[in-house]
Amino acid sequence: MTNLQRPLIAEAPQSAAACDHCGAALAPGQGRFCCTGCEAAYGLVRGLGLDAFYRRRETADGALRPEASTLAFDALQLIRDEAEGFKSLEVMISGLTCGACVWLVEQALAAEPDVTKARVSFAARRLDLRWHGDAARGNELLGLLARLGFRTAPYSPACLRANEDAEGRALIRALGIAAFGAMNVMLVSIAVWVGEDMGAHTREMMHWLAALIGLPTVLVAGMPFYRSAANALRAGRVNMDMAVSLGVLATAGMSLIETFRNGPYTWFDGATALLALLLAGRVLDRAARRKARQAVAELLALQDGMVTLLAPNGTARLVPSAAVEAGQRLQIAMGETLRLDGRATVETLLDTAATTGESLPRGFGAAAPLPAGAVNMGAPFTLEVTAPARDGSLAAMARLLESAEQAKGHFVSIADRAARFYVPVAHAVAAVTFLLWWLGFGVVWQEALVNAVCVLLITCPCGLAIAVPAVQVVASGALFRRGVLVASATALERLASADCAVLDKTGTLTEGRPVLIPEGQAPEVLRAAASMARASRHPLAKALLRACPDAPLAPDTVEIAGQGLQSGFARLGSPSFCGMAGISDGMVLVYRATDGAPVIFRFADRLREDAPEAVAALKRLGLSVELLSGDGAGAVASAAIAAGIADWRAEADPRAKAAHIEALKAQGRHPLMVGDGINDAAALAAAHVSASPAGATDLAQTTADIVLQREGLAVLPDAIRIARRAQILARQNIGFSLAYNAVAVPAAIAGLVNPLVAALVMASSSLIVIGNALRAGRG
Amino acid sequence: MEALILLVPVSLLLGGLGLLGFLWALRSRQYDDLEGAAARILFDDQKRKDPTP
Repeated sequence: MTNLQRPLIAEAPQSAAACDHCGAALAPGQGRFCCTGCEAAYGLVRGLGLDAFYRRRETADGALRPEASTLAFDALQLIRDEAEGFKSLEVMISGLTCGACVWLVEQALAAEPDVTKARVSFAARRLDLRWHGDAARGNELLGLLARLGFRTAPYSPACLRANEDAEGRALIRALGIAAFGAMNVMLVSIAVWVGEDMGAHTREMMHWLAALIGLPTVLVAGMPFYRSAANALRAGRVNMDMAVSLGVLATAGMSLIETFRNGPYTWFDGATALLALLLAGRVLDRAARRKARQAVAELLALQDGMVTLLAPNGTARLVPSAAVEAGQRLQIAMGETLRLDGRATVETLLDTAATTGESLPRGFGAAAPLPAGAVNMGAPFTLEVTAPARDGSLAAMARLLESAEQAKGHFVSIADRAARFYVPVAHAVAAVTFLLWWLGFGVVWQEALVNAVCVLLITCPCGLAIAVPAVQVVASGALFRRGVLVASATALERLASADCAVLDKTGTLTEGRPVLIPEGQAPEVLRAAASMARASRHPLAKALLRACPDAPLAPDTVEIAGQGLQSGFARLGSPSFCGMAGISDGMVLVYRATDGAPVIFRFADRLREDAPEAVAALKRLGLSVELLSGDGAGAVASAAIAAGIADWRAEADPRAKAAHIEALKAQGRHPLMVGDGINDAAALAAAHVSASPAGATDLAQTTADIVLQREGLAVLPDAIRIARRAQILARQNIGFSLAYNAVAVPAAIAGLVNPLVAALVMASSSLIVIGNALRAGRG
Repeated sequence: MEALILLVPVSLLLGGLGLLGFLWALRSRQYDDLEGAAARILFDDQKRKDPTP
């Protein structure tokens, strides 16, 4: 018996306010599980003997809830044939929250007798699966994961790009080499520093040893800095890496000269230690940002569109939306998002919230152009594609977005601004020092060079170079733990300087999905209606079921596509279906029991619970808040009043939104744009800094600087607070590094500092800067 | 000082072996998933599979 058929075992109940499987908060009256999916998953885990998982997992906020309705993708085309009847499959796996999940997935799959390899990469969200036998087993194995609450998806190109981290590996390699070199050179150098009574020959041997280790280290491990400095030079810019490169190379060159003439000291130790320290900072910085990039790519892969293509002979198959050409026909199910522009031969009811911001679905006539991004709220229909993905309205939006991004120009970060001023000054001071000692005081040029190199080494902006990255690593990490992904390198800095917030309505301020408005319907009527709604995937039926989640499935319910549900003589569906001609279709369901009057259920897109609080918090932070929506004036005004926003604009199309942001910027303001829709993307790209909430469209999420992963807006003020704090700390760090230079440089010019002291003092300044940066994670 | 003739090469050799080991681990992608590996080690493996498929 395989585990797929193993009976589910129920355990004695424990008292807990959270679901035993996914950890989501339970509604009153629910026993131990928030849904039947979780109950089944829990039984499965216990049945496999893997319940150690529940003791070890760290995060539990409902991320593991198995979704009954998600259409599993067909993995057959991804399965590769291996030798001797083995099959292998590589997919992206979502829902991994901590190490315990990795273990659970691997062990649950390994318990299957035919599985020979199941390996999960937590960082890359990749599952490597190998089994012996039938290709069809692949879908069964992925089905097992789905029942545990883990979703799988094919690897998308964006996901692959996020994982392909050749540059990151090169940095780690350089760090390893620099650390090895620094430690071994130090071994030799300390002997020279301490061994005053060392003979001249021994010392010479020591110098050559240090050069033997130090020179290759400096040349190989310093490559990331040299390359970046060369790129900046070619572009006519100045950056910190130039100062680092020059300092390190000058020190190494100096030391080589001293080795040849068997001088008292060499300074390969300082050069290599400096490289190791700086590289460590780079590696950490990169790791933090890679995490965020990967999380975004994961979200995108899950949304990546497969569409049902109807072949001329009537058969249907799933294909990627990019492969569809104009003139082909697609089957659009109820509740499915249109991935391509097209037209239908029948009347359709579409929710266009993502493309225009309208909160109510509206009817489109036969042969009317239907925009990609809309959601089918009515019956399934056949869509005749009018433009392939690359020429469609989504691509046009992407072009609008590109021009907005170009217009935005290059943001100069605080580190770059500091470098622009600092690097030329530091190099000029070193040159002046050399000339002063050589020509002014008439010492031999080698000695003058030692002093000049000391100046270079001291000004080599170790503290300055890590002053800002260190703060950003800590702050991004703190935000990541709160579910905020920082996607761009300068996003934190721009977030800190935002002075007005422009919010979109549908999906940002509101939940972006219909919610039942309670109007005093009797509970038993609601329950009966919800029982019927359980049979449908229609968005309004799902909303009705959410209002009464424990309703059992009504017997013999049949769905009449595009109209409603029927169970015996009871009906649930559109007003016309239930014989109420007077009410227009839209966000309304009517329930008519076998005997009795029809009951109307109205739905609305509800304001997020924490929206007023978040708006108030934004105002307390000194940001002016306005609402910018594509929806009608009435809906926008009521949402604005409910959220406490005085300034609102309605009926703004994508161009108008972007233009409004431009106008704000022309007034010298720094707008923070928050939006989720395709229609917001251009405005997001144009804004000083942009954020997109949980559940936003993929276009909005790729465009936004910051992606909120959890429901609600409450983290947004927190993010601004952390960004501002990080900015203060970065300024403190830069100030400290400069002050330290102001003291140390005159000493170096005067020839009072030898390179070892310079290196030691510099390391201490780095530690202080790093220590200060750690405070960014708090509060 | 004669000891140095032996000790210095030995220490360099040992350090070099460590460096080679590091480069090998990096190339075989053992640094790609540090968190997953850190978590995996904390759990006991389950007994593997039933004998009959």
